[in-house]
Amino acid sequence: MSDVAASSTAPRASRLTGRLKLALWIFVVLAALPPLAHMAGEPFLVVIATRMMVFAIAALSLDLILGYGAMVSFGHAAYLGIGAYAVAILTQAGITDLTLHLAAGIGASAVFAAVTGAISLRTRGVYFIMITLAFGQMAFFFFVSFSALGGDDGVALQARSTLMGAPLLQGAQGLFYVTLILLIAVFAGLYRLTGSRFGRVLTGTRENALRMQAVGFRPFSYQLTAYVIAGCVCSVAGVLLANQAVYVSPAYMSWHRAGELIVMVVLGGVGTLSGALAGALATVALEEGLARFSEHWRLGFGLVLVLVALFSPGGISGLLRRLNIGRGDR
Amino acid sequence: MRNSVPLMALLLSATALAAHAQDPLRIGVLLTLSGPPAVLGEHARDGVLLAEKMLDGKIGGREAEIIVVDDEGKPDIAAQKARELVESNGADFVIGPIFSNIMTAIAGPVTAGGAILVSPNAGPSNFAGKDCNPDIFVASYQNDQMPQALATYMNRESIGNVYLLAPNYQAGKDSLNGFKAIYEGDVGGELYVPLGQLDFSAELAQIAAAQPEAVYTFMPGGMGVNLVRQWEQAGLSSIPLMSAFTVDETTLPAEKDAALGMLTASNWAPDLDTPGNAEFVASFTKDYGRIPSLYAMAGYDSLMLIDSAVTAAGTEDREALRAALKAADFQSLRGSFSFSTNNFPVQDFYLTRAIKDEQGFYRTSMVEKVFTAAADPYVGECPAR
Amino acid sequence: MFNLFVMQLLNGAQFGILLFLVAAGLTLVFGIMDFINLAHGVLYMVGGYVMAMMTGATGTFWVALLLVPPITLVIGLVLEVTVFRRLYDRSHLDQVLATFGLVLVLSELVKILWGSAPLSVAMPEMLSGSVPLLGPMRYPIYRIAVIAVGLGVALGLWFVIARTRVGMLLRAGAANRTMVAALGTDINRLFMLVFAIGAMLAGFAGAIVSPILSVDPGMGDSILILTFVVIVIGGVGSVKGAFFAALLVGVVDTLGRMFGPILLKLVMDPAAAAQAGRTLAPMLVYILMAAVLFWRPAGLFGRRAAR
Repeated sequence: MSDVAASSTAPRASRLTGRLKLALWIFVVLAALPPLAHMAGEPFLVVIATRMMVFAIAALSLDLILGYGAMVSFGHAAYLGIGAYAVAILTQAGITDLTLHLAAGIGASAVFAAVTGAISLRTRGVYFIMITLAFGQMAFFFFVSFSALGGDDGVALQARSTLMGAPLLQGAQGLFYVTLILLIAVFAGLYRLTGSRFGRVLTGTRENALRMQAVGFRPFSYQLTAYVIAGCVCSVAGVLLANQAVYVSPAYMSWHRAGELIVMVVLGGVGTLSGALAGALATVALEEGLARFSEHWRLGFGLVLVLVALFSPGGISGLLRRLNIGRGDR
Repeated sequence: MRNSVPLMALLLSATALAAHAQDPLRIGVLLTLSGPPAVLGEHARDGVLLAEKMLDGKIGGREAEIIVVDDEGKPDIAAQKARELVESNGADFVIGPIFSNIMTAIAGPVTAGGAILVSPNAGPSNFAGKDCNPDIFVASYQNDQMPQALATYMNRESIGNVYLLAPNYQAGKDSLNGFKAIYEGDVGGELYVPLGQLDFSAELAQIAAAQPEAVYTFMPGGMGVNLVRQWEQAGLSSIPLMSAFTVDETTLPAEKDAALGMLTASNWAPDLDTPGNAEFVASFTKDYGRIPSLYAMAGYDSLMLIDSAVTAAGTEDREALRAALKAADFQSLRGSFSFSTNNFPVQDFYLTRAIKDEQGFYRTSMVEKVFTAAADPYVGECPAR
Repeated sequence: MFNLFVMQLLNGAQFGILLFLVAAGLTLVFGIMDFINLAHGVLYMVGGYVMAMMTGATGTFWVALLLVPPITLVIGLVLEVTVFRRLYDRSHLDQVLATFGLVLVLSELVKILWGSAPLSVAMPEMLSGSVPLLGPMRYPIYRIAVIAVGLGVALGLWFVIARTRVGMLLRAGAANRTMVAALGTDINRLFMLVFAIGAMLAGFAGAIVSPILSVDPGMGDSILILTFVVIVIGGVGSVKGAFFAALLVGVVDTLGRMFGPILLKLVMDPAAAAQAGRTLAPMLVYILMAAVLFWRPAGLFGRRAAR
């Protein structure tokens, strides 16, 4: 599952290029989606695809700490909520610019992540999972009791965020392309990050923290930094989710949501960026698609998850690798 | 590349309107059909489908296509599904939702997409007041009205002090506020429990210690089932438990004997003597194997309301359609029914009691009328249009 | 006030005992097999549904209660053989994925078979009614019975684990699975046994709680999270830890909900205290867990090196 282990640079680069090609193909298809959808007479696909991309951003952020850092955060959905509520609070105060919404969401998430991460990283394994869950739940219950913002009823936004004064996100296509641009930016940023020295220290810490310490790195500061970055990136997804639904509620940060995020990352293939991307797209696609066939679609979806877990270690990414797609020199 | 989607939608709907005389009428039904509260959505859905059957599948004289969608109890998914029903499926009407938070999420997408929202259950105060909308019609009730009926009853019976109990979320707080606005006696205690709490031993102990004359509670779904059963187990049967949405045909089959005799307020009961009600209850019980609740009744009424309006005015002229809906010229299972200026119902409210009928089914039964032709308390806040 | 406190203490103990029954199996499974089983809550739910079905079929509470453990045992074993066995050597995340999927499948199956409306189980005549406690307070006999049964099971478990050969193997397996296998024990048999015990305990808990709490498709979810909280506070793999943690969680949650606002009223005005109390009440258990983990990162009785 982890082929980021130390090896010579040449095969490593082509392995990455293989998976990178997959991601690039996905982006190309997405970019062409709106006109294709219109021609096919299914304009609503644009809305569904926007949702897919929003969760892809969230899954990518989780993969940074879960896949590369082996920090399984069960409270990651809190950042979706923080980003979303940043939009709600600022919009109510009359501030509608998207960049300000993003800045506020990222700022608040950074603080929340720094504090909770510092406490959580004292633990390991299942204890880490549970303490991150605890913090996620606290955020959830806090917003549930926040009557000024509708409590658990949530609050409908008057309009989507504006960009440079113009309501560019109002229409489905505007929001779609802004989301796509942000998705590509996030992917590129995380790709650079995981390929950099920081990323290598992180994965090294995942493999053997003691060895990293012996070499002279302090795992804690790297892990905490990764944790904060992941939280900030996820809040970007939260801002976009609020825009997509034009509605914000504490349900965005329930533990069910956090579990779904983990499922997306694992389904796609832990520790590969294109895997997280594929996992999010596949999960949303399955949920939407299966729901059209039967009201008992959860049965089918659950079965898919069980079968993938049993027969394809490495998730979708692993499956594709076995089918020779996204492979390197082997 | 400016937004071409709204333009496309407009063109599509314009051409659709022109062709509508021959097109089937599409009605989306967006309810919570999964998770613990699924039974409420199922009742409402079955009520709608029974009405469709009674109308032979023709609404307003046209072929009708009813599209049932599950909102999964998640507001963001509901918003997307609502948008899909209206934009992709071309629904003219959406019947839904069950829950208030879902209503907040879907009101915008449904009405902005050019459809009319008819709620078979959710009736939060903001939509009755400042957020009222000419394209939203609530066919059920306003959330405050049941507690108000019980408060009025308690005033009438000179019940001097009460304890209040509700879950700690918006609907719970609204319910207790609605009660306190009318109740004239002394509120000994106001207990809020976390949403989803199933074990009421703490609260029941407090109530047992305080021994109030009566307790009013809003405790929906599974929470209500547990409260009622634990109430009897805690030996509190001597204190009257009066409730809203705690003792009805969706929860009584689980509460069984523990609920017998408990009083509740409702705008309907299966044995209400109005035209068509007995047939409705009989058909529903036969087709779906359970006694209908007020959720089922409201689902039925919602479709009948739409049928009456489309028959009278068709769907081409939006203003005429709105006026026809407002006229509510249909036979409601509740008997007298009309709309206020805020598109919320003006109807009678009754005290009902949980009983076990001759066939051994648990259901509610009429006791007495509390309000006649009551409008909701927020109608004044709705800006005149 | 004192009466109320005692009553709440008992309620907390009863809730805690219930949590223990479910958590004991999970902590053993996690500790010995290093297996994260999100589907454990479903076994609890299945116990409740089987109980509801059996009381309907046999007409009596006791016969149904006797039938629940064997039925949940069989269901647990089927799951073990078909799904879980293949996952023991896989990463925790793969286990999470598989068991998450199983939860969806089983919950939906339950809904298909029994519908989504809550079901109830009648309380047995012998145990219904209440006994006077202190002053005018009465306490339901059934809840006392639950506490008694739970304590009995806890005692039995302690005896098996501390005093029998099987228990010794369980403890050894929790400490070092490979060594136990190397020493000649059929590790698969051991795993099946652990899993069976866990499934039976969870199903039994679901069954005995069914007269108090209604049986509905969501009951597995709500208990699952709390169960994980309990085993984490107690320390994974430690049944003793699960016992104390479960009681702690039960008592803190129950007492906190009632006395939290009262205590807060000492430091802030009544309205704010009530609001703060309501906000904090559902968080209490999580705050407790975070505090325990801050002070003891491997739980109260857990080993330092978590696997």
